[in-house]
Order: sequence, then structure tokens, then C-alpha cells
Amino acid sequence: MLKSTKEKRAGIDPMNIFARNKNVSAPVKSLLSVNIFKKLPAFPMQIELSVQNEVLVVVGPSGAGKTTLLQCLSGLQKPHQGEIVLNGRVLFSSTARVNLPPRHRNVGYVFQDYALFPHMTVEQNAAYGMKGNRRKSLKLQEVLEMLQIAHLAHRYPGQISGGERQRTALARALLADPELLLLDEPLSALDYETRYKIRKELKSLQRHWGIPFILVTHDLEEAAFLGDRVMRMEKGRVVGWGIPDDIMYRHANPGGRCPSPYPQ
Amino acid sequence: MFAPEVAVPLLLSLRVAGLAVLFVFLAGVPVARLMAGRDFPGKDAVEALLTLPLVLPPTVVGFGLLFLFGKHGPLGRLLENLWGVSVIFNWWGAVVASTVVAFPLLYQAVRASFQAIDRNIENAARTLGASEWRVFQTISLPLAWPGLVAGIVMAFARALGEFGATLMVAGNIPGRTQTAPLAIYAATESGDNRTALVLVVLMTLLSFIVIFWVNRWSKHRLKRWTLDDEMFNSTARPGCLTCSNQPRKRGQGSTP
Repeated sequence: MLKSTKEKRAGIDPMNIFARNKNVSAPVKSLLSVNIFKKLPAFPMQIELSVQNEVLVVVGPSGAGKTTLLQCLSGLQKPHQGEIVLNGRVLFSSTARVNLPPRHRNVGYVFQDYALFPHMTVEQNAAYGMKGNRRKSLKLQEVLEMLQIAHLAHRYPGQISGGERQRTALARALLADPELLLLDEPLSALDYETRYKIRKELKSLQRHWGIPFILVTHDLEEAAFLGDRVMRMEKGRVVGWGIPDDIMYRHANPGGRCPSPYPQ
Repeated sequence: MFAPEVAVPLLLSLRVAGLAVLFVFLAGVPVARLMAGRDFPGKDAVEALLTLPLVLPPTVVGFGLLFLFGKHGPLGRLLENLWGVSVIFNWWGAVVASTVVAFPLLYQAVRASFQAIDRNIENAARTLGASEWRVFQTISLPLAWPGLVAGIVMAFARALGEFGATLMVAGNIPGRTQTAPLAIYAATESGDNRTALVLVVLMTLLSFIVIFWVNRWSKHRLKRWTLDDEMFNSTARPGCLTCSNQPRKRGQGSTP
């Protein structure tokens, strides 16, 4: 009862969302739970979701609020109401008046255009968020090698290719030891071949690292390949959940009947 | 050539301009940072106020400073009471006048380069755990550096050439407040064209060297981490300490 009044106050109708996602989204133990409301110029954004140790892909048309959602999770934007909890830590809560700044959230963010520091080398970029000095160089070397950019350590971002910049941005985000990694259209600026290669690596990277990834994309094929679950957003709302097969099915059979609750 | 009537005003000018630039830098960078940030009510008015000394006639600035720092002016009385000093009719007056007149030049350049920084780059640093001070120190300041250097040079040049406000606030006392521009004026008036010419040549040369060096330096530094391989290679000069260890492709444009 208490919970429902809280939700009502937050302007969220829980029935609306549970009715749609109960089939696929019933997490046993969620690492991240989000329930936020934010007024945007064109429409109100209202999101409820929980993420486990998995890749959650967020799809939807441009302007659906996907990037806003990521920015709310990372603390770069502030929701008006609701709650964000990561591994038991409250990152944001309108009722408890908590709004941790980005630097205390421990949430990694890979920007669409990578936002690398142009005046620092690949190595300096990657090490920027590292904490502590013990075994720092060892870990740095290990991650650079894993992402195959160790040989570029002393180059500047302006001197490497798009794919290499992407790997540098990934290394930088991961080396800060985040508890959650957000990726905003990480592959959209890459050519087809690099895109194909990196998306395979992304998936194994998540398995290896063991933290939830939330990835935004326009590309349904990419969503199907990368996502353990796929969430579709339209005008600031979750309009459907799916597993990758549904997405591909609907992609291939527009207008066909869908075996999952993925909406029309 | 370096007779006292040339050397003294020249050295005084350099000292005044150097100190003025230091003050302009210390005040201009934080103010530019603030003004490049978010909007607040009355921001446009503050902006106009900060740029005003650039467009006002120097005599208006001089009059204003005399009023503020004069015996009965608010700042003048404050300085008198606190330390028993006055800036009127001594060389500190020249420093104050140069500082005020040169401030908008540095401020404008630095604010523009702070504003040109991609917000996401600073945001990326924040998500990596950096405090606001660390973001400023390691990201914003280095990225705004070329604009900052340009601002410093322009402010220095302006301070070096300051005449009107200095004349009103510090006066034209040979050996004490007579800076190079004032000395040129005084020498010309008294028919000492030789001294005036030497000072003119030296001032021109000095200004030219400073601007030339800074332009070259900032271009070179920028290219070091620039985006375009070709652009980068075309500026890699043989025998240059900072680029000699960088790869050079296809040998194109390797000769300056």
C-alpha cells in the first residue's frame, strides 16, 4: 500500500507497465532498479525498469528519450520524481531528496561521439578514472591489451581510427571500475566491418566484466545480436519488452502476429 | 641606443604590462569560466559591463579610475585605510589602468574558448569520478589553453600600448610613471625625434616578436593532437623536439 502511494505520487501507474512486461521481465535479483518521471519539452518521460547482470538494449525512434534516460542514470540530468537504486545504493530519490552527482555514482558512460580527451594520449585517456595507485599500470596494460589498443598507448585520439577511439572510450569507462555501463549508440559512427567486429567483442566484454550494460541503438539487428533483453521506448514510455528473437521476428514479418508481448 | 631616456620608459612599460597581464589573468579566467557556464538573470548586463572598457574612450576609463581610486573615492579610501597606499600618480596607477583596459580582451578570448569545449568531454570526466576542480584543471583549462594564450598576448599588447587612462591616473612623470607610449608622445612634443624613433622601432619589434612567436607556438601545439593525419604530418618539422618522435606517413609535406 505504501509503495503504491509512493508510485502514485511519482506519477507512475504501475499496472500499466507490469501488464506489459510480466512475461519477460521478472528479475530474481536486480542490480539496478529504476522508476523515474521527468517532464520533457515534448512529452513526459516515465520509465520503470530493472536490470540484472545482462545487456539491456534500448531501442526506439529518435527523440524517444533514450539518451535522456541514460543521462538520468548517470546523473548528468535530473529526473523530476522517482528513484534509482544501483546495488542497494540510492543514486537518486525524490522522496529522500537524494541526487548523487555523476562522480559519486560509479556509473560508466560511453558517449556516442566517444568524448575522448583530445589532449591526452590513449593511455592517459584510459587511466583518467582509475582509482588508487596499486597495480594501476598492470591493470591498465591488461585492459589495453584486451581491447587491442596497447600498441596505440602513446597516440592521441586525433591520430587513431574510429574503431580504435571506440575501444579507447570503452577502456576508459571500464578502468574506472563502474558498477553499470551505459553505452549511447556506441557503434553508430563506425563502418560496417568494424561495427560487426566490435559488437561481438562488446557482448563477450559484458560476460567477462560481469556488470550490467545498458545500450541504446537504432539498429534492430544490432539490438537482437547484443541484447539479452530489448526494451522499446516511444515518447518517453516503455512500450514493450522483448527477447532478441521477437525483435528479429517482427523485423522480418512486419504486421505479423508476434509470439511475445512485443506491441504493435 | 639604450640611453636612459629609452631604457627607463621601456622597462617600466614591460613591468607595468607584465603585472597588468598577471592581474587580468587571475581575474579573467575565473570570471570567463563563470560566464561560460549556465545562464542567470542579468547575465547580458554583466557581460556588457565586463566588455565596456574595450569600447569606452580611454579618458572615460581614466576619469572613472580617478574617481574610484582618488583620495575621496571608495577604493582609494579603502587602500589608504588598509595599507596607507595610493595608486594615483605613481606607477601602480599605470598598472591599474592597463589592467582595466586589457581585461575585456583576455576575458572575451577565454570565455569563447571555454564555450567551445564539447560539454560531453567535461561530462565524460565527471562520470569517471572527477571533481569539478579536477575537470577544470585537467580538461577545461588545457583545452581552452590556445584561446587563453591568445587572450594573454592581446591583453599584453593592449597593456603595453595603454596611453590615455595611464596619463590620467598615473600622470607623465619621467622616470617614475612615464611608460614608453607616454615617452614617445613627450619626445615628439619636445622635438626629440631620435628618442621617439628608437622607442617606436623597439615597441614595434617587441610586439611583432611576441605575436609571431605565440601564433607559431599555438599552431604547433594544436596540431600535435589534431584530428587529421595529413594536417599533422604537414606540420611535423624535422629537428623539432615535440614531433620528431611521431610517425610520418608517406613523407608528404615534411619540409616546412
